[in-house]
Amino acid sequence: MPSLIELRDVWYQYNPNSPLSYWALKGINLKIDRGEFVSIIGPTGSGKSTLIQHFNGLLKPTRGEVIVDGIDISKTKDLKIIRKKVGMVFQYPETQIFSETIYDELAFGLRNYGYSEDEIKKKIEEVTKKLGIDYIPLDKSPFLLSGGEMRRVAIASILAMDPEVFVLDEPLANLDPQGRKELLREIDHLNRKESLTVVIVSHDLSEVSKYANRILVIFDGTIIMDGPPREIFKNVERLIEIFLGVPQIVELLYSLYKRGADIPYNILNLDEAAKVIVKWRKSLGNRDKLRTISTT
Amino acid sequence: MAIEISFGQYLPLDSLIHRLDPRIKLIMTLISIIVIFIIREFIGYALLACFLVVLVALSKVPPLYIFRGLKPLIFFILLTFALHLFTTQGTVIFQWWFLKGTAEGLRNGLLMVFRFMLLISFSTLLTLTCSPLELTDALESLLSPLKRIGFPSHEIAMMMSIALRFIPVLVEETNRIIKAQVARGADIESGGVVNRAKNLIPILVPLFINTFKRADDLALAMEVRCYRGGEGRTKMKEYILSARDFLFLGASIVVGIASILI
Repeated sequence: MPSLIELRDVWYQYNPNSPLSYWALKGINLKIDRGEFVSIIGPTGSGKSTLIQHFNGLLKPTRGEVIVDGIDISKTKDLKIIRKKVGMVFQYPETQIFSETIYDELAFGLRNYGYSEDEIKKKIEEVTKKLGIDYIPLDKSPFLLSGGEMRRVAIASILAMDPEVFVLDEPLANLDPQGRKELLREIDHLNRKESLTVVIVSHDLSEVSKYANRILVIFDGTIIMDGPPREIFKNVERLIEIFLGVPQIVELLYSLYKRGADIPYNILNLDEAAKVIVKWRKSLGNRDKLRTISTT
Repeated sequence: MAIEISFGQYLPLDSLIHRLDPRIKLIMTLISIIVIFIIREFIGYALLACFLVVLVALSKVPPLYIFRGLKPLIFFILLTFALHLFTTQGTVIFQWWFLKGTAEGLRNGLLMVFRFMLLISFSTLLTLTCSPLELTDALESLLSPLKRIGFPSHEIAMMMSIALRFIPVLVEETNRIIKAQVARGADIESGGVVNRAKNLIPILVPLFINTFKRADDLALAMEVRCYRGGEGRTKMKEYILSARDFLFLGASIVVGIASILI
C-alpha cells in the first residue's frame, strides 16, 4: 500500500524573486504511513508550519513533489478532496470560530462537503463524545466558552469531517497542564482505537514523546533526525545545541551517564527512569564504588 | 488565494539613501513634487530625471521596483495624455475620426506624462527607502511646530504608526484565517456575488473579533506603561542631522532651482 503522505525532495521559497526571499524548506524527503503517530519537532522558524501546509495543498512546493494518498497536489485540480483527507488544525484554532452556535461551528466543514443534516447531526454527536465536550449544550454560543473548551470545539470541527490524517499545529499552546494532558490523551486514543493517523507539530519534545511513535526533528528547513523517540533521545547534545532540549529526566540520566554512571539515558518516562536508577544503584553494591562517580 | 499587500513597500537595504535622515528624505520629496509642478519645459524634467537616476543608483533599489510603482497608474497616465492631445486648441497635426490631435496638445500631453512619472517615481523611492515608522516619525517632527497652535501632531503620528504597524499583522491574520477555513472545505473563490459575500462571513467575523481583542490589549499595554499622550515624551532614537543630510538637501534644492530656470 502506498504511503498516505509522501514528499519527494520538497523545496519551498517564500517571496520568490525579491530581496526578501528565503528558502523555508530545503529538500525534504518524507513518508508518513497509515496509523502512525508522528511528531514534528523543531525550534521556531525551522519550517515546521511551512512543511505541514504542504500536506493539504495550502502551499505548493517550489520544487519537488507532494503526494497525498496517490494524488500529486501540484497537479490535481480538486484540492478540496485532499483537504478532507488531511484534517488540519492550525495554531490557536479557537481564533477561527465564527458561528452563532457550537452546532453550526461543528457543522461548518461538514456542510462544505455536502453532508445531509441527518449525517451532520450524527457526526457531531460522535465527535463531541470523542473529545469530551458532550456536556456542553450545542445551541450555546461558542464565544461564551472557556479558552480550553473553545480549543476543543475548534479541533472537533475538523475531526468531525472524518479525516484520514489529523494534522495539528501546536495544539497544546496556551492550555493549562491538565488540559494539555487530557487533549493529548484523547488524540492518542483516536490514534490507537480508531487507527487515525496523527501528525502533531510542537517545539516541546517532552510532551509529545510519550505518545508519538515517530519523531521528526526539523532544523533550518531540513529533517535532521527521524526515528522513534528512544532513538532521537540518543542525540542529547545535538538536541540541546539546536535549542530544542530534551525531557528533564533524559537530561538528568545523561548527566549521570557523562559523570561515569553506566546507564542508558534514552528513556521515555519517569517510571522507566526509576527502574534504570534502581538497577544501577544495586549494581554498584557498596559505598566505595559510588564514590567513583564524580561530583563535579 | 493568499492576499499580498506590500503597503509602503519598504525595502530594507543598507545604502546611503536608506541611512539618510527620514525628515530630509521627506523634505526632498516635497521639494521635487513642488518643482515638478512648476516646470514647464522638457529639459527641466530631463535634469530632474537624471537626479532621480542618481538617487536610485545610490539607494541600491533595483530599478524594477520603481517601474512596479508606475504600473497600476499606466491607464490613468495614458488617459491624461489622450485628453490633452485631443482637447488642446492649436495647429492640427493629424485627424482620426472626429478627434483632432494638435501639436500643442502633444506637447502638453507629453509634459503631463513626464510630470506623473516623475511624481510617482520620487514618492515610490521615498517609501522604498523609508520604513513606515521612520516616515511617521519624520512627519511628527516636521509638524511639531504646529503644536503651538493646538495641532495634535503627536497623536496623529501615533495613530498613523499604530495603523501602519498593524497592517502586516492584519494581513497575516487574514491569511491565517483564510487558510484555516479553506482547510475546513470553505470555498472563497467561486460562486455568484451573493455566495461570495456569504463566504466572507467565516473570515470577517473571526478577523473582527481578533482585532477588537488586539486593540483592547494594546490600549491596556500602553496604559500600564503610563502612556498619556505626547507631552514631555522623549524619543529612543533621536534623529540628528549630519553633514551628509545637508549635502543631499542642498543638492536637491540646487537641482530643483536649476530645473525650473533652465
